[in-house]
Amino acid sequence: MGRLFAVEIVYRGIFQKTLAKNISRGIVLAANLEGKPGTSFGRYGDSPERNGIPAKYFAIVATDDLTLEEGMAKYEPKEVDITVCVDDTLCKGLESWAWYGLQPINKLTRPGGTLMITSKEPAESLIPMIHQKHEPYKLAVLKGIASFSGLWVYKDDHTDVRILGAIAKLLPEMMSLDAVKKFIQHEWKDAVKAQSATNSYNRVSTQTVSPSQGNPEKPFQFTLPKWHEMRDGVAIPSIAQGHKMEDPTSHASGGYQPARNPTFKKYTTRTMRPVVDFDTCIKCTLCWLQCPDSCFDVTPEGLYDANMEACCGCGVCEAVCPVKDCVTMVNEVSFKDNSSQWEAWRKNKDGYKTWLKGTIENRPVRSHGFRYKGQYEEQSPEMLEIAKQG
Amino acid sequence: MAQMTATLPERGTEETALITGSEAIAVACKLADVDVITAYPIRPYDTVMQYVAKLVANGDMDCEYIVAEGEHSQFEIVKHACACGARVFTGSSGVGWMYAMEALTVTPALRIPMIAMVGNRALDDPGAFGVEHNDALTVRDLGWMLVWVDTAQEALDTALIAYRVAEDRRIFLPCGISCDGAFLTHSQAMVNIPTQDQVNRFLPRYNRADLLLHPDNPITVAPQANEDWVMEIRRQNYAAMERVPGVLREAYADFERIFGRKYGNPFFEEYETQDADVVILGMGTLSMPTRVAIRKMRKEGKKVGMVRLRWFRPFPAEELAKCLSRFKAVGVLDRDFSFGSPDMCGVVATETRSALYTSAKRPPVLDFIGGLGGREVIVPDVEHIFNELLEAAEGKKKPATQWIGLRE
Repeated sequence: MGRLFAVEIVYRGIFQKTLAKNISRGIVLAANLEGKPGTSFGRYGDSPERNGIPAKYFAIVATDDLTLEEGMAKYEPKEVDITVCVDDTLCKGLESWAWYGLQPINKLTRPGGTLMITSKEPAESLIPMIHQKHEPYKLAVLKGIASFSGLWVYKDDHTDVRILGAIAKLLPEMMSLDAVKKFIQHEWKDAVKAQSATNSYNRVSTQTVSPSQGNPEKPFQFTLPKWHEMRDGVAIPSIAQGHKMEDPTSHASGGYQPARNPTFKKYTTRTMRPVVDFDTCIKCTLCWLQCPDSCFDVTPEGLYDANMEACCGCGVCEAVCPVKDCVTMVNEVSFKDNSSQWEAWRKNKDGYKTWLKGTIENRPVRSHGFRYKGQYEEQSPEMLEIAKQG
Repeated sequence: MAQMTATLPERGTEETALITGSEAIAVACKLADVDVITAYPIRPYDTVMQYVAKLVANGDMDCEYIVAEGEHSQFEIVKHACACGARVFTGSSGVGWMYAMEALTVTPALRIPMIAMVGNRALDDPGAFGVEHNDALTVRDLGWMLVWVDTAQEALDTALIAYRVAEDRRIFLPCGISCDGAFLTHSQAMVNIPTQDQVNRFLPRYNRADLLLHPDNPITVAPQANEDWVMEIRRQNYAAMERVPGVLREAYADFERIFGRKYGNPFFEEYETQDADVVILGMGTLSMPTRVAIRKMRKEGKKVGMVRLRWFRPFPAEELAKCLSRFKAVGVLDRDFSFGSPDMCGVVATETRSALYTSAKRPPVLDFIGGLGGREVIVPDVEHIFNELLEAAEGKKKPATQWIGLRE
């Protein structure tokens, strides 16, 4: 029996679909130039893709047809040689359309395999976000921002070829750098892109992540019911009524907290989250009204607290808030938990103010990329400069 | 050592491309120089229309590309275009196919050689995208030819063969090409793209002859008829369907001669059946875990094999009965259901049992319903089925129908 190779590309739905598809196709076509058969497919269960929902592409390559068939005789690979993560906020885990619960980003990474992340953060900042794994694995950080664009748009910032070059270094048995360069030449006829792949090949390095490193939390998961335990008629219980909130200090009761879907928490859907300055809030209700996910809890005193179980990070609240700097969107990598900002503020207003100021001032740059036409393209020169350096 | 199936592409002979099963069908449409294509989006069929739209927009393909306002119109438009002598292509999935049902029923009676891709999808409800074969199977009694393919290469080749057979004046029947949603429609594989010259030699121009709806050939199509006429009209469709196997054989033989790819028996593919004690019979991409399981179990000395049915309509009853009567037990893997049917089994199992009824030697036929709504059937599932069959072959009593991969 020959050898089977599998690579998964974990990406943000819609914004990175073309990028993920290009990487996956590039792997299969480059390996094919060296006589290896392969297949490339996006996971069907992730569709229809919604803005930012984690999704996956898979590339499977084998040394012969029979081995390839073994790799394809399932819905998706259960183990991969390399997990490519093209947005560092996905390090916190994945909740996709395809399953219930949170899946660690490194779940499919085989023991000794590689998790490759595009990020401007150092490995030391990324590792605490990633769930612990029983077996050691390798981490490679490819410098760069999350390459976002539209569903039908190809954003030519070299992220795809840089990842292909790095994969050739980490898994040369699957495809060589020469094959990658040949593929690039055939596909784009662009020597600069081929050079970007070479630069990344030359500079990529890995470090081993041991079982004791990383986020020790057990990802939340659910057991699906048996057929005779389910209500028939394709009917499911609706979300219950909401309830009043309780102030953590005065124990006053009031306001309204909607009940939420217990099986879909949206922790991993967002790339940014709002932070709220409760001292300057004028209670105008606009964030609460405009939020498409009803994520704002109404506190007993009539403030609005963005609940992280429901926030998708769309940024509408920041856009509609009439008070300067009252709602600020901050890169999700800045946060370690999903706790209530309002409760923290109620317990220690000075402490909260310091935290808020620090969080906003120290936020790593992040943009939704769809605030105005052409915003995506503005990021390309920066990425191309990084590609030159490797 | 197991042999690779003939349906996988031989690399390096023609131009190759990394494309999905849907894209392979779109390429076939381009090579067949289809005149009129209608579309209405529904997953997973929509991947075909997207790719056709791209071919047209890029100037690689010249056809009338019409996005209809719903599936019923989608199928009606190509029906009429086809009556006027246009080579046509359309398709749908799941409940979209159901929405076109009235158009689907009239098409075979009018002897319209429409080629439709059915991206197999579970029928609502629940709204789900995954593959089930019940959508295409709803037209099994109406005069449609129905074929299931299991690789992107086979999808491309079968589409060319379908045009050749459907547009043969002896046949003039519509043909549905069933492609499993996700596993085939969305999976990219290396596919050999035939040359235009090869296709031109294989596929003659569509000639509607005496049935052409044209001022130079004044005819009325589909007049109202009473009880004096209907049975004779139905009998004509019966005769056309009866002629299909012969024309199919000619087409497959010619295909092999011109393109060099061998499909052997057009109606079903046999895998490791020479000395098999038991076999699994099924349609579509479930062949993949089945082949892997067979290779694994044969190493353990278990004589297991597979018969993959391609053509479901016309159902190759005689040949299939002859084939299946060689084995000690047959397991049908149905990616469909027929509630209230004999033994509460799937559609393929009922047809298979019926085909075997007049056979002198009748192995037990067990039905296994699995993979519904796109659920994966993995190698251990197939091994379980084979082990059940091996026990049945030894005379052990087994349930007529079992569900595979169900949470119970």
